[in-house]
Amino acid sequence: MAPDRDPDAAVWIRARAPQWQALAAEAAAAPRRNIATINDALGTLRTYRILARHLASARGLLPGSYLAAALQNACAALHVAIGRPPRFGRARLLTLFRDEIPAAAASVRSIVLWIVGLLVASTLAGWWLISTYPALVSLIASDRMIDGVEHGRLWTDQIFSVVPPELLSARIFSNNVVVTLGAFCSGILFGLGTFYMISFNGLMLGGLLAFTHQHGLAHGLVRFILAHGPVELSVICLAGAAGTALGESLIRPQLDTRAESLRRRAAELGPLLLACALLLLGSGLIEGFISPNPRFSIPLRLIVGLGYWTLMLLLLSGRLIPQPKSNSVPL
Amino acid sequence: MAEEELRVRGLTGVDMSLRIAGPGTRSLAFLIDWQIRLLVALALILVAAVSQLLPGIPRGSMRVIWIIADVLALVIYFLYHPVLELLMRGRTPGKRKAGARIVTIEGATPTVGSLLLRNLFRLIDGLPGFYMVGLACCLFTDNRVRLGDMAAGTVLVLEEADASKSLARLSEAMQRSALPLEALRLVQDLLDRWPELEEEQRTRLARGLLAKLDPQVNVRSEPAPSGDVLRAHLEALLGTGSGS
Repeated sequence: MAPDRDPDAAVWIRARAPQWQALAAEAAAAPRRNIATINDALGTLRTYRILARHLASARGLLPGSYLAAALQNACAALHVAIGRPPRFGRARLLTLFRDEIPAAAASVRSIVLWIVGLLVASTLAGWWLISTYPALVSLIASDRMIDGVEHGRLWTDQIFSVVPPELLSARIFSNNVVVTLGAFCSGILFGLGTFYMISFNGLMLGGLLAFTHQHGLAHGLVRFILAHGPVELSVICLAGAAGTALGESLIRPQLDTRAESLRRRAAELGPLLLACALLLLGSGLIEGFISPNPRFSIPLRLIVGLGYWTLMLLLLSGRLIPQPKSNSVPL
Repeated sequence: MAEEELRVRGLTGVDMSLRIAGPGTRSLAFLIDWQIRLLVALALILVAAVSQLLPGIPRGSMRVIWIIADVLALVIYFLYHPVLELLMRGRTPGKRKAGARIVTIEGATPTVGSLLLRNLFRLIDGLPGFYMVGLACCLFTDNRVRLGDMAAGTVLVLEEADASKSLARLSEAMQRSALPLEALRLVQDLLDRWPELEEEQRTRLARGLLAKLDPQVNVRSEPAPSGDVLRAHLEALLGTGSGS
């Protein structure tokens, strides 16, 4: 029988081998545990410490060996399990809405103004373009839409009677989410993607307003967007600002590397994106049930639009959920 | 290509390395997940279509069925990856099948925020089609990550499914056998692969091993010992069989 090359290693292995079965069992059980008691957690940490110590010794005594690899794999499995984030409970949800969303919104406040400026400028450009060259409307509207408007009908008029409002809301929501999240994500292209998406949406809005104005239907279009438009357009601007901030983190990194800077900024802006998606859900419901329904009068649409917009401002400013009262006594 | 590894600083200061999944593993996982989504979508369409053919279903109910099918299709499209990755702690059925999982660059399980952010960037990684941007990023980045991983600080690593099992087996074998460590591994590997190997190949390998590890076994005797006899000798060396 061939002896171990290093007698120290052989002695070391024989002395510890009996422990490894129990340690391996804990390494297998810990990642699968959904609820851990304090004793479970302490046991896992103890196992991790022992395995790490054995791993360090095995690397010294038997570098590149099967044993070192097996110890490392078990140790890595425990490392992943120990680093598991806590459950996303009610307290975490409260922090998200009370602190993180307002903080993320505040961090892009100045950029929002620039994005609103860009959207307004591109809307005006779209208006001017279609007013001056009406034939260009075919670039931003389908033949069916153009034909309808030329015959005195808005494309929004028949939506309510053709598509069920529930389905319409779901489709509008998914479309808006893709546009909004696209405006954010394309910021990774050094902000240029966001710039393009905001400008293009502004051009389309201005162009369609000008086109319907030419045919005396602008009033109907404004009436249609009155209830859902304020929040929808604000959310697009917010996502655009978040995308620009993402691009800025790559152009002017605040940390050691661009990758680290991007990661940090994306993590900070994540809650804002969640707020945008939730706001769009409400917006989609309004657009599906209220906007195309001719029974809703303009004042009612105005109340819904402004009311929802106010709710959005309260959420973003952190006033929707009050801060907990401090227990400290002033000196 | 040499295997790429993510070096992780352990809590006790001992470094560990996790094997990084390359574009091949990613593509395999994605294809499996894509097929699952496709099957579910087809099943939904089939159920909606079949229910249309059933007699006695009022028109109003038909509309509801199609609405439900439509909404469910949207839910599956948008939420398949994020929801399953959250529930399965960085895995999906496709990733599990491909032997991969998502971890943070610190080697921990990703947070809800990281996983959602990672999935958000599929909008860009998927451009202009067939995940071309994501695939190109994987080919040219250090940790083989796509844009979503870069933004979320995550990495796709290969999962050592039997990590704890191999340590347990090693420990068990070491207590029963007097073989040195690397010899144990060779014998274990050969026995594990025994059913997959050709008769001639496994017999040759078993003879070679036994000649070195157990000189008492005459592997050159006439008639030559059969595969079963050689296997029994190997098991005896590990202390798991009766030997002969």
